[in-house]
Amino acid sequence: MAVTALRVPGRSWRLPRPSTALAAVLLVLLLACVLFPGAVAGASPTETDPVNALQGPSAAHWFGTDQLGRDTFARVVHGARPSLLIGLGATAIAVAAGAVVGLAAALGGRVVDAVLMRTADVLMSLPELLLALFIVTVAGQGTVNVMVAVAIAAVPAYARLVRAETMVVRGSGYVEAATVLGLPRFTVVLRHVLPNAVGPLLVLGTVGFGTALINASGLSFLGLGAQPPSPEWGAMLSEGRNFLDTAWWIAVFPGAALTLAVVTVNILGSRARHRLSGRTAR
Amino acid sequence: MTSDSPAAAPALPAEAAAARGAGTADAERAVLVRVEDLHVTFPGRRGSVDAVRGVSLTVRRGECLAIVGESGSGKSVTARSLVGLAGDRASVRARTLEFGGTDLAGLSESRWRRLRGRRIGLVLQDALVSLDPLRTVGAEVAEPLRVHGLVPRSGTRGRVLELLGDAGIPDPARRARQHPHELSGGLRQRALIASALAGGPELLIADEPTTALDVTVEARILGLLGRLRDEGTGLLLISHDLSVVARLADRIAVMKDGVFVESGDAAQVLADPGHPYTRALLAAVPALHAKGTRLSGTSAGSAKALRAYAAARGDARAAAEASGAPLLSVEAVAKRFRSPDGGWHQAVDEVSFTLAEGEALGVVGESGSGKTTMARMVLGLTEPDAGRVVFGGRPWSGVGERERRPLRRRIQAVQQDPLGSFDPRHPVRRIVGEALGRGSDGERVGLAGRRSRDARVAELLDLVGLPKALLTRRPRELSGGQRQRVAIARALATGPDLIVCDEPVSALDVSVQAQVLDLLADVRAELGVALLFISHDLGVIRHVSDRVAVMKDGRIVETGDGEAVFTAPRAAYTRELLAAIPQPVSAV
Repeated sequence: MAVTALRVPGRSWRLPRPSTALAAVLLVLLLACVLFPGAVAGASPTETDPVNALQGPSAAHWFGTDQLGRDTFARVVHGARPSLLIGLGATAIAVAAGAVVGLAAALGGRVVDAVLMRTADVLMSLPELLLALFIVTVAGQGTVNVMVAVAIAAVPAYARLVRAETMVVRGSGYVEAATVLGLPRFTVVLRHVLPNAVGPLLVLGTVGFGTALINASGLSFLGLGAQPPSPEWGAMLSEGRNFLDTAWWIAVFPGAALTLAVVTVNILGSRARHRLSGRTAR
Repeated sequence: MTSDSPAAAPALPAEAAAARGAGTADAERAVLVRVEDLHVTFPGRRGSVDAVRGVSLTVRRGECLAIVGESGSGKSVTARSLVGLAGDRASVRARTLEFGGTDLAGLSESRWRRLRGRRIGLVLQDALVSLDPLRTVGAEVAEPLRVHGLVPRSGTRGRVLELLGDAGIPDPARRARQHPHELSGGLRQRALIASALAGGPELLIADEPTTALDVTVEARILGLLGRLRDEGTGLLLISHDLSVVARLADRIAVMKDGVFVESGDAAQVLADPGHPYTRALLAAVPALHAKGTRLSGTSAGSAKALRAYAAARGDARAAAEASGAPLLSVEAVAKRFRSPDGGWHQAVDEVSFTLAEGEALGVVGESGSGKTTMARMVLGLTEPDAGRVVFGGRPWSGVGERERRPLRRRIQAVQQDPLGSFDPRHPVRRIVGEALGRGSDGERVGLAGRRSRDARVAELLDLVGLPKALLTRRPRELSGGQRQRVAIARALATGPDLIVCDEPVSALDVSVQAQVLDLLADVRAELGVALLFISHDLGVIRHVSDRVAVMKDGRIVETGDGEAVFTAPRAAYTRELLAAIPQPVSAV
């Protein structure tokens, strides 16, 4: 008895896991960089200083300087906003479009379902990055185009999930109960089907955010997204790779920032999924 | 033992001593399980939970001890402690915990494994979950034989078929090749018993072995367990249903909140229950009581509230009753479905009946008899292939949903699983409130509108005997009985003429079932709502219904006045059903 009492003290279950706690701290840091980059890094991300070019990490320049003498730390901090916003925007567009397409496929009848889902099959047969690359090539480069391209490439996965969830919910007892109550179909969809089908989508979206981040940075790395001198992480990696043997810090720090951001979001997303799956009936 | 007399002793001393020795050994061996002062505690977030608090029991060879109690009483945990499966986090303590002379306290996991399946068999309630879906039934039964090395490899198959046959499975050679999902519930349960028997256990623990089964199947399973007991196996039977227990048990222990409130000889406990709780349990069994008597002592208040509610609603009902036309008439409806093998399965075949205003029609039948499909056609959720449904003089089947929708509020449903029929995200206030529809305070979001709507929901909850405090609870935070009451409140919210109840109490404990049945009787009596009441439980049907229809294989084989069907059944199938009802406690 005493042993069990010691093993399960009243408060211990509330402490999050170390990985979750670390991810939460990193998220706060990232948010600070997005919202107040100037407060986190004093130096300007675009001001060149040729005299101090290619300096290693030091007290003055924590992450060193690049070939033009710009402070890498400032560029990484200021780069958080464009990098994360592209990922966020792409995910938001993809989730919204996926929900609409998925609902339409599940509720719109057999023909609509077949057309939408076979199109999704075709899109899913191509790797996401390749598909996004193709779209940007056709539509032209630029931040907004990269965001939309990454979003379109991600839509089929979300649409499929929403369609499957909608079909489960549509056959559920509570949708039937609403029908028996004589509620109009539209009300039933809006009040019961949509909210219950979309829950898992939001969780997948958190995880998908990481993928979108990488895809967007990948396109920027290829020179299709943010243009210099904008401090986007993918673009910074692209510039820094020419100096890997002489000044590793130019590429390594934005790369590390990107990796940490993705890992942070993935950990928090999977924690959210566990929390949610513990609560739902299935 | 006349040899104990001093005169005979000198004559045959050696034999007498041997006989006496054997006798005492027999007496010792006779006791299989001895438990004294068992405590099981689960550590929890808000302090630990004492699931079992000081239980003592013995099970002898060839004897059946039954533990009876409601869900949460600790009966399953007690049984599981005997096989070391009380749970990882459970702390099990007992003064004595012995099986066949072995001390079970602090047994290592490997020693437990040698005991389980070999000397103690465990049969659980849900055979579909307990059997591995990827393995054939034969492989499942062979496993304990193999693990414990009981028969040579070459003899395994023969032994498996023998065991399946012993468990009452017809055509064991074919069944052994099938997977659990290909078997009916009754066959699955028998397969599970066969695998529990494979090791030739001295003790068989059966935890609610028949709860999910139809009455005729239940009768067969209980017969099988009874035979095993007569052959010398010790039986520990766990059930919430006194009528099941009474058939089999030699001794009964009634469990409540982790303690035995009463235990003793079965006939004694059933005929002359000493504890008020045992009396309440017995009173709650509907099969034992005349229609119209109250099964529970608790919900009597709802009748008064319902009467006031009816009065407030005015005399609309009385006018409708005068018209004389049937409320619902089902005319030769039929429905068939594609079966997995490509053929057709005729779920409902030419079923006809009528239901008058305020009447209660009970539909009884076993699973697969087409009851639920019929109910769905009455609810307008499934279109009949042939025939038609007429409700309130208007066609109800064969019309578009648009025409049906305005009438829908007059037919409501109470399902077996209310949890599934509630949106999991909505609190009770919204679940019941949604059924109120667009009244004068309708869909207005304004604070005043919401407040008066909440007041009406609270009124409905009061009707079904639920406190206002439940308004903000979500479905998962309610007990089974509370959920069913909320479902009834929601059905009443629309002011229906007919409520279709599909197995509304079969998932509930006997005492909760009694309360819900009483509530439904009150609803009918006070509000004049007609009931179409579907159940596999004849006792429940008899208690609720004015008229009874017996369904088998999609057809109604007999219909008639409730008491007439039960006292003078005409169809052979009805007689078979009636014979299968456990009627043990007639002494009461």
